[in-house]
Amino acid sequence: MDGAGNQRVVTPEYMFFEAPRTRSYITGSEAANEAVRRANVDIAIAYPITPQSETMQQVGELYGEGYLKDYYRAEDEVGAFSAISGASRTGVRCLTASSGPGLMRGLEVIASWPGHRLPLVFLIMCRAINAPLSIQPDNLELGYMLLTGNIVLHAENQQDFFDYTLAGFVISEKCEVTLPVAVAVDGFFVTHARGWVEMPSAELKLPGRDGYSEAVPMIDNENPPIRIARDAPIQKSNFISYQMHAAWQQEVHAAQERARPWVARYLDELIEVTNPEAETMIVASGSAVSQSREALRRAEEMGTKLGLIKIKSLRPFPREELRQACRNAKHIIVPEFNCAGWLNREVRATLYGCADLHIADGPRVFGGITMPTEMILEWACPGKQGR
Amino acid sequence: MRRHNIRMAGVGGQGVVTASHVLSNGVILGGGESTVVPFFGSEKRMAPVESYVRIADGRLYEIGEIIYPDFIAIFHSQVITHGKSYTMPFYSGLKEDADILINSPHPLKLGADEERELEERRARVHYLPAVQLALQHAGRDVATNMAMVGAVAAILGLPDLDSLEKAVRARFLGKDFVASGGTASLDRAAEKGFAHKAELVEKNMEVIRAAHAYAIQHGWVHPPHRKRDAVCTR
Repeated sequence: MDGAGNQRVVTPEYMFFEAPRTRSYITGSEAANEAVRRANVDIAIAYPITPQSETMQQVGELYGEGYLKDYYRAEDEVGAFSAISGASRTGVRCLTASSGPGLMRGLEVIASWPGHRLPLVFLIMCRAINAPLSIQPDNLELGYMLLTGNIVLHAENQQDFFDYTLAGFVISEKCEVTLPVAVAVDGFFVTHARGWVEMPSAELKLPGRDGYSEAVPMIDNENPPIRIARDAPIQKSNFISYQMHAAWQQEVHAAQERARPWVARYLDELIEVTNPEAETMIVASGSAVSQSREALRRAEEMGTKLGLIKIKSLRPFPREELRQACRNAKHIIVPEFNCAGWLNREVRATLYGCADLHIADGPRVFGGITMPTEMILEWACPGKQGR
Repeated sequence: MRRHNIRMAGVGGQGVVTASHVLSNGVILGGGESTVVPFFGSEKRMAPVESYVRIADGRLYEIGEIIYPDFIAIFHSQVITHGKSYTMPFYSGLKEDADILINSPHPLKLGADEERELEERRARVHYLPAVQLALQHAGRDVATNMAMVGAVAAILGLPDLDSLEKAVRARFLGKDFVASGGTASLDRAAEKGFAHKAELVEKNMEVIRAAHAYAIQHGWVHPPHRKRDAVCTR
């Protein structure tokens, strides 16, 4: 079958903003798969882990239908992520995916992608990190991702998972970015549950990757795979090593900064604000946003107006946007699905010294349970029992 | 705005998840909004199963388990008597003035604390002879879940019977539904008992209609515009 051969190449602008869309009631896994179908992906490599497996299994079917040129199951996450590094160096469009413990196993390789300036999309279907073993959607692993130099986008629902995945390939391969893009979503609640997703026709696909127009050119016969692998800094004097490493790392973080306008363009800004004039603001990412939307609705029924700031992009982090959005706020709560409170730390670091407001240290649920709306209301409107 | 957060609990093989899909899809086919979240461990008979159905007439954002339900449907008495439940006690998180529908031909003997707590929350407890209705109208106890669906729909006032029939047809005749391996084999077992799939649908609908009528006859139906709907409290 030649699925890709029957598709028409359109510009990202047409695909994202102009192409007519139809609505389907599908799972998050299916939404990601439909994004991959339209993304002109060349190769996908992964190792199975719940709840990621369902998507990559479906991508295997896409390969069977001729939408991908190659696809295989690696020996483990270290293998999968290393192999996708090699694939990305050759200038083809790459996809991999993982969840909680699998991500942790491959973290060394994941953290090396940005330094090697490898465009690819890495889907993260969040799952609790062992021990004790759990397969439920606690998103602690994203706390680790924040320090790796990857672009990290956090999808709220099935629609976001479709849109962010498709946009991820384009952002990743922009010359001034040339970085891997991780698209995270809370497992099960989104991946295995159905929601409405508006999608452009499956007969459309993005233009292929252009490996010669990126910050670090792809490997070919005239551009051998040397880079920092052959000329490893450690083989030089310490001072050269320091310089090289510092310059390279700074460049990774500068590239993250340069991704801002592209993330803003394709994700419609890095944040979304509801009720900007509210004194109490909820700052959230991922499916905690969905729970917060219901908290807003219920609070309004009780006569209280709450505000909501949805953080779409964790890296780059929307620092200026968050400061602006919180300028009227007196009280901030940060609902999270992990025990470490990584988003809370980001919010505190961003708002420190900028405004006279109180930032609550929660609420948080861990282990994979849903955060009940009632819990958000208790933190947002103390004294007014949502129960 | 009418909103319902329904927690369905039963044991493996009873069709709790199927029932939640039929109910939810019935709401959608009737023009409302609804989502389903099934929840189970290993797929095996008699192991605890829960499924959560959210119903609204506006957009639904919430995801995941329903921690604070305003309706609980218990498909098997062992959920209560053997603690075969993800949430202990079986009414944990139940909001005030809420409904509990239990599949049992007679009231269960509850502990003194349970009786007191249910009374404090002003819970309305209804006992439905769902197995008996299934045997009487479909000749098979595998249709017990349909009796539960019929009674839930009658108590809430939605979805209507026409929408439920469409949902039952979609579930058993449609091509789009992806059942798990365990559910697929149960489907085949259910189909074997009937000459045609159409008969399976008709018998299921008979059970649904009988349970629907039973709930109405026993005065379980929600009066329109209850106070609880106007002010959403836990």
